[in-house]
Formats: sequence, structure tokens, C-alpha cells
Amino acid sequence: MVEHGEIRVVHRGGSKLTSRDPVFSSDSRFLLCASGECVKVFSTSTEECIHDLRGHTELVTGVLLRPSNHLQVYSCSADGTVRLWDFTDGILIKTYVIGYPIYSIYASANHEGVIFLVTPAQSDKRSEMFQLVAVQLPQSGDQLVEARELSAVLSDVSSNPAAIVFGRGGEYIASANGLQLEVYFFKKQKAYRFPLKEDNKKGGKNTFMCVACHPKDDCIATGHEDGKIRLWRNFNHKKEYTYSTLHWHHSAVSSLCFTPEGTNLLSGGIESVLVQWRYNQESQRDFLPRLGAAITHIAVSPDGALFCTSHSDNKITIIQSCVKVSAVIQGLVKGESVRTDLMMDPRSKSLVLNGKPGHLQFYSLQRDKLLYNLDIVQQEYIHESGLQQFEVVKAAFNASGNWLATVEERKQKAAELELNLKLWAYDEQTQSFVLNTTISAPHEAQITAMCFCHAADSQTTMLASTSKDGHFKAWQLAAQAHTEDEGPSWSCDFVGAYHDLVPECCCFSADGSLLAVSFQEVVTVWSPASWELLTTLSQPPGAIRDLCFGRLSCSKYLLGTSANNLLCCWNLLTCSLEWSTSMDVSLLLADPLSENMAAFCCQAGCTDLFVFKPSEPRPLFSRKEVCSGKVTRAVFAPREEMLESCEESSQWLNHSQLYFLTQYMDLMTFTTKAEEDRLMASSKQLVIDDSVAMTPFYLLLGKHRQQENQDSLGGMSAERTPLPQGSVAIRELLQTPAHVLPSTSYLCSMFVQSLLISVTDTREENKHTEEEMESEKEEEDSEGEMESSTRPKESLESEATESAAPALTKAQARELRRVKKLDHSWLAGLLDS
Amino acid sequence: MASFKPTKIQVYPKLGEKVTQDTLYWKNYKAPVQIKEFGAITNIDFSPVAPHNFAVTAFTRVHIYGPFSQEPVKTFTRFKDTAYSGRFRSDGQLFVAGCEDSVVRLFDVSGKVALRMFKGHTKAVHVTDFTSDRYQILTGSDDYTCRLWDIPNATELTTYQEHTDYIRCGVTSKLNRDLFITGSYDHTLKVFDARADKSVMTMDHGQPVESLLLYPSEGLLISAGGRYVKVWDLLKGGQPLVSLKNHHKTVTCLCLSSNGQRLLSASLDRHVKVYNTTNYKVVHNFDYAASILSLALAPDDESIVVGMTNGILSIKHRKSLEESKEISGQQKRRPSYRVFVKGKNYVPKQDDYLVSKPVKQHLAKYDKQLKKFNVSKALDTALEVYIIFIYNPEITVAVIKELDRRGTLKNALAGRDEQGLSHLLNFLIGNMVDPRFAPVLVTAADMILDIYQSVIGQSPVVDRQLLRLQELLEREIDYQQDLVEVLGMLDTMFASSLPRKEVPCSGISRSNGLTQGEASTTRPQIQAT
Repeated sequence: MVEHGEIRVVHRGGSKLTSRDPVFSSDSRFLLCASGECVKVFSTSTEECIHDLRGHTELVTGVLLRPSNHLQVYSCSADGTVRLWDFTDGILIKTYVIGYPIYSIYASANHEGVIFLVTPAQSDKRSEMFQLVAVQLPQSGDQLVEARELSAVLSDVSSNPAAIVFGRGGEYIASANGLQLEVYFFKKQKAYRFPLKEDNKKGGKNTFMCVACHPKDDCIATGHEDGKIRLWRNFNHKKEYTYSTLHWHHSAVSSLCFTPEGTNLLSGGIESVLVQWRYNQESQRDFLPRLGAAITHIAVSPDGALFCTSHSDNKITIIQSCVKVSAVIQGLVKGESVRTDLMMDPRSKSLVLNGKPGHLQFYSLQRDKLLYNLDIVQQEYIHESGLQQFEVVKAAFNASGNWLATVEERKQKAAELELNLKLWAYDEQTQSFVLNTTISAPHEAQITAMCFCHAADSQTTMLASTSKDGHFKAWQLAAQAHTEDEGPSWSCDFVGAYHDLVPECCCFSADGSLLAVSFQEVVTVWSPASWELLTTLSQPPGAIRDLCFGRLSCSKYLLGTSANNLLCCWNLLTCSLEWSTSMDVSLLLADPLSENMAAFCCQAGCTDLFVFKPSEPRPLFSRKEVCSGKVTRAVFAPREEMLESCEESSQWLNHSQLYFLTQYMDLMTFTTKAEEDRLMASSKQLVIDDSVAMTPFYLLLGKHRQQENQDSLGGMSAERTPLPQGSVAIRELLQTPAHVLPSTSYLCSMFVQSLLISVTDTREENKHTEEEMESEKEEEDSEGEMESSTRPKESLESEATESAAPALTKAQARELRRVKKLDHSWLAGLLDS
Repeated sequence: MASFKPTKIQVYPKLGEKVTQDTLYWKNYKAPVQIKEFGAITNIDFSPVAPHNFAVTAFTRVHIYGPFSQEPVKTFTRFKDTAYSGRFRSDGQLFVAGCEDSVVRLFDVSGKVALRMFKGHTKAVHVTDFTSDRYQILTGSDDYTCRLWDIPNATELTTYQEHTDYIRCGVTSKLNRDLFITGSYDHTLKVFDARADKSVMTMDHGQPVESLLLYPSEGLLISAGGRYVKVWDLLKGGQPLVSLKNHHKTVTCLCLSSNGQRLLSASLDRHVKVYNTTNYKVVHNFDYAASILSLALAPDDESIVVGMTNGILSIKHRKSLEESKEISGQQKRRPSYRVFVKGKNYVPKQDDYLVSKPVKQHLAKYDKQLKKFNVSKALDTALEVYIIFIYNPEITVAVIKELDRRGTLKNALAGRDEQGLSHLLNFLIGNMVDPRFAPVLVTAADMILDIYQSVIGQSPVVDRQLLRLQELLEREIDYQQDLVEVLGMLDTMFASSLPRKEVPCSGISRSNGLTQGEASTTRPQIQAT
């Protein structure tokens, strides 16, 4: 890839948010989740992503608040590092190199300076055996720290992060693997094992799925594959342990969680119902049904006010006290496969593909955010595995985005195929698609392709669909005769067939005057005006896989790929083959805004990309080994503003951007160097905008901070940390002449509010001081540190201002350094208020 | 938390005619009153004056009925043989009728005995009418002649012998006292002017003419004969305007609706068709029990009277405004005014914070059960719905389909007692062969047989129903077999009759492997059965 320095293949958004359980910050304002190679910080109230903590080079496998400092967070990754972050500012504090892939991370307040990691058993890395190791984090001031002193705690544990949990006060750790629960007591240095039989009498499966420990009581809750929850007690004896069983779930319990006070136990599974059990009164249950998709993780905020459930459809739901869904953080929904093609919504310029079962998702590529889900099937989804449900298999937009056609199908073993073709009209008023026509059983067999006529000037919209029943049908929008009250609806205009062959794909020409339908190895060209068969084109042997008309100046060409590794280009004026070349094209795609065509070729397990014009024999751009595996879904997304790249090889990216899905459902795209630079610049600016508002204070402080960065000591003397009294509200109140002030009742709430926030911020600031103390690796005993951390703020500032004095004591110098590292974000909060 | 999505009731396209303004208008009649006459009813004529009595000519009698009575107001019985064509004069005072015995009789509407007898025809008189000056009578007879008679003197004024076959219909102009038109079985229509001694215009209908009708403007003439209804433009010298072929048997009678916007034609094929007179499209269709010989419409379309070959007179009266409203009012039951209006007119003040009440989702009974996963109860409630609304099984089928989708249909069907099972089988027997529901119900029937296999023979009720179901299915299979045979025959016919079309292909393209192609839009599928 080095030789093409200009254009790079990059991941673009849509990573999984729900691979690990999300973590609430201690004030419940933020939610941290592992998302691909970074950790995302979301606001629980606005659902917005505030920071991306980037730095890991592989999948992040765990996020954990630092028990001794709740403004810092550990993250572990499969790249063998544990990183410590300040998540409010998005700063990487430290990197600990462990050296082995890490699958999950645990810590407890009882074990200071020690984290517990799940790594593969050291003997060989390929094996499926995992072990829990304790790592003493070395105290050092460096950014990059090697931490290789591992001591095994438990061997043979599960790699599932839900299967290990710390017990009350960190006294013991419970781990479930397979059919065995293991409890390790740190004081006694002893492990007890509680095995279960594989099946119970009724045929239920006893395999452990997840474990949770009561925070105040010696009780371990375990979830099982058959939907049972067991509450284990008295487990500090080998023999006299007891357990009670709760049963509501009909299939595996995937997550369990106690509320912080231990009054309730939350459980969830594939039924997508959040169940709340009262501790000690287990017959009382509360339910929150229809959360959308199977629950994979449950988390509770430290104050117990917010619950958060992760779902299998890449969604995080934040629930207020088990009653109301208050926020939904939704990522790109990715199933095992995208049945519909990737499409662009011409209106919102968003990527459209299969979403939740029975839905289409509209995903904004610019903002990396799911815009909305359109319910296509409109049926109650039954959360049960092994049930055949309706699936959206085809979708198409017309050129203006006014119409959306969808096909849903359901295939049962014995019964016949159920097929619905739905046509949706865009409603300007509600800004969404409204169902216009439902055609049940439009064809007798599966629909293989569907496309709209893209002619801009045609009065009537036309849709063509081809099916395995050997017919292709044209559908047209027509006003209904007789009935005045109903609007126009869609009806069948023409049914065509050719020699009993099965049509595979169809394509309208750019001006809508021709329809090409491929019947195995024959391409038939029809005139939609008269439904006459104009000509047939063929290049046997090998069935046609893809058909594409050229655009703009190349509109006289029709391109087709065949199963016989042939890319053919026919000239429609002479009805003859213009050229053909032998390549195994898995996907042929036309850029709607230019003449360019993209062909993904599969060769030796890798995919190559060729971009070419049908009229020119030489490709504009070619790239070997774009990704491994076969690319079957791709789309040209028009750019919001045209790039002005003069480089010949990257000109094809000027009008639109090419996105594609790899075999492993990663959304990738091609970017040029110039574009990346621009993106970087804009993102930098964004970060500043996010953290500090543009106020006079910001101008003062922001400039100062830059200075600080440049000159470590010189900036110190100039520092004037403003007093809280200087906040905007107070200053306004004091400095404005009394006769122009609004009524006191109006000002009062503002004034009080500003006071309130300044109080919390002072506390926060104290915490900062505390954390600074800890991170400094001074040889000072902890008592002293605690003392200094409780010092009032004023003294701190006075010292800072005095620091210009020539002679500095040792303590003063330390103080100075602390001030230098002091984070000023609290001020921003103050100013925003 | 998304709300529960109710079961989708599939909307099936309505078979038959679409609901239009016309169908609504013509359906707005009460159930017909049927009166048995002594023989085939050959003519019905409404009196042009106020109570709008109508004269019904049947066999040897002419009955006059009042607008709402089911008993004849008056009867003329002084006919020696079958009476024909009893007609009122434009003032409603006099009445004329022809007879098989060639004598034309003129009656006073209030009297009983004939005032005048016009003798001169040699064969049965099928056509009688008054001219617009009210002093003359037109008659047409099977002796191929049509004559004009003077009423006061009872003398014959003119005779025209131009037709070469029976004259079976005729009409006089309402605007000109001298003009009249006759239609005959010699396929011609002739326009006569009493001032001239020959016909002034002749038109060829092509079939024996059964009925004639003049537009109120008298610019257009409508004739019915054979299966055709033809419209002629008299002002353009008898140019044919439209030819309608909508009946599959002889059209016997024509009639215009009161505003002249619609034309009605009655035929021996038992149908009355309503045409729009601007585009001559059929907008509505009535179906009767027997072949129709005569048809008349009361002024303002207040009633439709139809006479049939089996002697049954069917009278349909228009529903009054209140009646039609009452029915639509019954369908919607609104909550009482007091409950409805409570707090409705309260205007929130400036500082009020509006707390919107969560909208409570209304669910049907079966949906409530489905929401709770009570599958058996959901099926029970759906079956109850079918008992109430026997004509729309869509809801029940939709619930069965939903249960099938959830994979719980077997649980819902199982565990029923005799009564529950017989309800279910009743539903299946009623709807199984409906092609719209068959795919769903066949799976359900399969499951029922699987589940209750072991207990067959224990309940006579259930056994009887199962036998009926079996019989039904066997019959259906026979039908299918027949249909497939017909389809095969049709396909061969289509395939042989369609012209073979060669696809244009250029000789340049040597690379085209398949140059000869045939566009087959209808795929011949010959099923050897």
C-alpha cells in the first residue's frame, strides 16, 4: 500500500458499541463504552459522543473506572496494553505494556495498584484456555510503562467478561466457566469450586452464562443457559453452600447486575425484557418489555438512578429507574449479512441498509450517527431464536428520493414463500417515508433484483423487478380511476419473460429509455415506452452476474459481468461487443455523478479494485489487495462539496466517495491525503470547541495554556486563576447599573444556579488536586497527600501567584508543578453556566 | 420501549365492482317488492302526472299500481286476448293498449269500459302511443303496418306500409305532433312525418329492433335489438354514433334516468345495465332472477320497476334521506357529549405548563391476548369475532397467520374440547377453499388433524364436520383439476393465435450467440392432465 501513498483504505465509522458492557462515570453524566479500537465517552443526557479515546491499535476489550480515582479510566485491548485515560478531557495518561492479548479487566478498591486481567494461558497463545492474572502496576512517571510481573490468580476461566466478578468489598472473586462456579477468597488464599450437573431432570442446560455479586451481602447470582438464575449463599464453606433458583427467562440469561445498594437484581436476555427482581422478595418482579433487541449487557449508575442496557443491535439504552427509556445511543446496526444493497438516500445523503430485523436504517456517514430506523415490516417482533421472521431483502430509491421500494420475505420450511413489495412515498410534512402501496405476492418466487427508472424528466416513475419465477415485472404509479379520495398508487404495468429463463438482474439506462434484463447468459434490452424487445446481447457461456449502463458521455455502453470471469462492454448503437476482458468481478458499480465505473475483483482470497471509464481501455485507478475476502456490497456516496484534486489517480474521488463492506462487515472507504489533512484540522478545532466555550475567559486562558505548553516555567508567573466570583452571572449582577437590571425574580434563579455549580466544581477541582498528587511519584507518605488535597483553593492560588518570587522552597516547587498540571476544564463548566 | 404493534389485518383487494358515486346512487334502493302477475310482463308505463301510478301490461290484463301500494289501484280486463303496450296520455287521463286480437282500446283512467275501439289492423298490435298533440294515436302491428288514428272520431288517418316485418316498437316525438319513429323486426328504424306519405329517414340497426327511445332533446335516438344498443344522431341524418354490446342476450327494454344522464338497458340475460350517457361506459349493473322484458323508472328515479318473463314484477323504491342517514348513524357510536367535551375548551394560561397525557394505545381483544402471549385465548377471541362479523373472516385469518408466524399455532390449536374444536372446524369449512385464505388455513387444518388424530371417532359432531371438510376438499381438488385443463387448452389457443414476432437484430454483431429470439409475453404452459 505504500506505493499508493495518495489514496488510503480506511475504516469509516459504524464500529460495534456493545461488545463490552458500558461503564457509568461516578456522577452518572458520562457513559464509557469500548467501540472498536477506541473508547467512546457519551453524555447520558444528550446521547452525544463527547470524546473518542484513541490510542489502542486493536480491539478494545474492556473499560474500567479506576477504583482510586473516578475521573480516570483503564482500558485494555487485544494489543496487549492497558491504558489509563482522563476521560473528561480525553487525555491518555499512561500506557502499561502487558505483552499478552487481554480479554477483560477487573479491579477492586480493596486491591490498590493491582488490576486483574484475563489473558490466554501462557503456555501457548492459540489455545482456548484463559487465566486470570493480577498485575501490580509499577509506579513510575513515564508515559509508557512495562508491566510484566503477572501472578496467576485463577486458571481456566472464561473469556466472557460477564463470567468474573468481585464480591463484597473485593474480599473474593467469583468466576464461572462451563458448569463450574469458582470462588477465590483473597484472605484465605483459597478457592472453592461448585460444580453443577450438565443437565437437570427437565432437560434444562445448566451452563453458566454470567455472574453477579451482591454489593452488601454474601450472595452470588448466576445466570444459566436455560434461563434460570441461581442465588448462591453460604459459599465460604465447601459443603454447606445453598442456592435458590429464580426462573422467568425462557432462554439464556445473558446479563445480571445488582443495583448499588443491593435491593434489586436486574437480568436480561434474548427476550429483550429487562427484569427487575427484588432482593429477598424474588416473587416481586418488574418488567420493562420490548427494548428492541436481545439484551447483552446491563450496567447501573453508582447512584442507582440510571440503568443502561446494551443490545445485540448495537444499541445502548439508558433507562431511568426501570420505568422510562431516557436516551438511546444507537450505532450502525450490523447483522451477519446485508441482504439489501448499500444505498444512498438522495435526500438525507445517508447510507441505507438493513438495520434491526424488519427495519431499514438511515446512517449518516458524515456524522457517524444513525439518523433513524424505518419500520418496513410493521409487525411485532418476537424475540425468540429459531423463528422465521420477515426480512427486508431488497430496497431501492428513485433518483429524487421521493419513492422507496422495499421487498420483504419470509420463508418457512414447509409453507410457501411470503413476499411483500412495499412502496413508500416521502412525506414532506413529517419528513419521513409513508407507506403508499403494499403488493402482497408480487412474484411467485424470490425477487432477484429491483431498480427504479432514474430518468429525471419522466412524468411517471417506473420500477422493474425480476424474480426467480422467470418473469420480470414493471410497476407504475397511476392514479386510481373512480375513487376520488385516494391518491395514486402502484400497479403492474407489464409482465415479461424470455424463453423460460430466470432473470437475474435488471438495469434502466440513465435516460430511462431502455431497460436491460439479463436472463442467464442473455441480456435482453426492452423499451419501457412500448414494451418491445429491442435486442438481445449474449456472450456465452456464463450467466450474467451484474449489469450496468454507462452514464453521461458513456451512456451508449452497457456493461455486464458474467460468472465465467468476463467483463463485457457492449455498444448499444451497433449492438456489438466493444471490448471484453477476463477478470473475476464480484461487484460492478457505476458512479451516479461521473462516467466512472468501479469493479471489485476477487483474486486469490483478496479483492482488487479497478476504476475505469467504459470508453477507455486503461483503468483510471487500480489497487491490489484492498482487503481480504470478497467484497459484495459497495456504494458511491456523493460528496457534499467537490474535491479539487488534480492528481490523475485520485480524480475519480472528486465527485463521490466509494464505501464498501468487507466480508467481516467492516465499512471501509478510500480517502486521499488532502482530505485526511482537512479532516484532522477540523476535528482538532472541534475538540477545543467542545471543551471550552468562546468567552473572554477562554481567550485569556486558552492563550495562556498554549503559552504554558511552549514555555513550562515562564508562563507560571503570569497565571491568574480567576476567583469563582468572577463568573459571568455574578459580574453582570454587580457591574450593571441597577436601573437597567431586570426584575430580581428573573435574576435570582440565574444567580443561585451559578453558585450551585461553582460549589460542585470546587469539589471537582479538589478531586483533581487529589489525582495530581497520586500521579506524582514523590516519596511522600499518603497522609500528607490527603492533607494537601483538602486544602482550600484560595491558598493554592495565592501560592501560585507568589511563585514569581526568586527563592522557591521545595514544597513550593511541587505546588507549582501541580498547578501547572492542573486542569482548567472546570472553569469552562463554570463559564458555560 | 417501543409499543406493541398490533396484528396486521391483510387488506384483500375487493373483488367485483369498485365503489363509485354511481354504485352508491343505484344501490340506495330498498329491498324489492315482488308481485306475481298472470303472465309475462310485456310493458310498464308510468303516468306523467302527480301520483305517478304505473300501468303494468301482463297477459290479458293491464294493472295500474299506485306509487306505494302493492295491490293494483285499477285493473282493465276487457281484453279478449293478450294485451300489449298499455300507455298513458301526457295528461294522465287516457290510456291506450294494443291486443293480440288486433283491436286497439282506449280507456278513461277512471273508467272500466273502453271509450273507443280502433279496428283496422289485421294482426296483433304491439305498439301504441299518443302523439304530442294528444288527439291522435300511433299503432304498430304485426301486419307490417303502422297507423295513425284520430281519437274523437275513432277513425284511421294514415297508414304506412313500409316495414317488411313485424313492428314491435315505436315512439312519438314529444316536441312535434307529426313525427314518430318505428322499429321493426326487418332490422330497420324508420322516421315518419304524418304530413308526408312516406318515411323521411331509414336507419339499419342490423338486428330485429326490440325497443326505441328518444332523448328529451330528440336529437339522439337509442335503439335496442339483438345484443346491441345503438345510438343514432337524428340531426346528422341518422348517423350511427355508438354501438354498445354489453349484454349477452337480446336487449329488450331501454329507459333513461330522470335527468337524462344515465341510460338503462334491460335484457333477457337477467341484467339491467346503467350507462353513462357522456361516454357510454357501464357504471352499474343490476341482477334479476329471470329474463327481463320490461323496465321503467319513476320520475326522479324514485323507483325502478322491472317485469320479467316469469310474471314477477319487481319494484324497488329509493331509500329516503332519513333512512340512509340512520344506517350510517348507527355504525358510529360516539361517547356522550358530556364526557367528550370535558376540559376541551380550556385555554392554557401563559405560565401554564402543559402536561401531555400519554396516549393510551387501543388494542383489539385478540391483540391484548397476543401481547400477553396467551395464544389459545387469542385464537378464541378471534373466532368470536368471526361469529359476530361472519362476512369478514380476514381478522380471524390474520390472527391465525400471526400465531403461525410466532410459531405457536400448534399450542393455540391444541387442548380444545368438543365445542371449541367444532367452532374451529366450522370456521375452516367456511373459509378454507377461499383462495385468499387457503395458504394459511391449510397449515392450520393440517395441524388440527395431527393434534386430534388420536381422538377422532369420540365425538359425532366433530366427526361430521371432518367429513364435511373432506368432502369440500375433494370437490375443490376436482375443480382445480378442471381449471388446469381449461388453462392448458387456453394456452395452446393463445400460443397458436399469437403472431410470431421476429426480433430485429443487426447483422454486424457476430458475437451474439443467440440472435434469433422470440418475445413470449404469455408463456405457453401446457399441462397434460
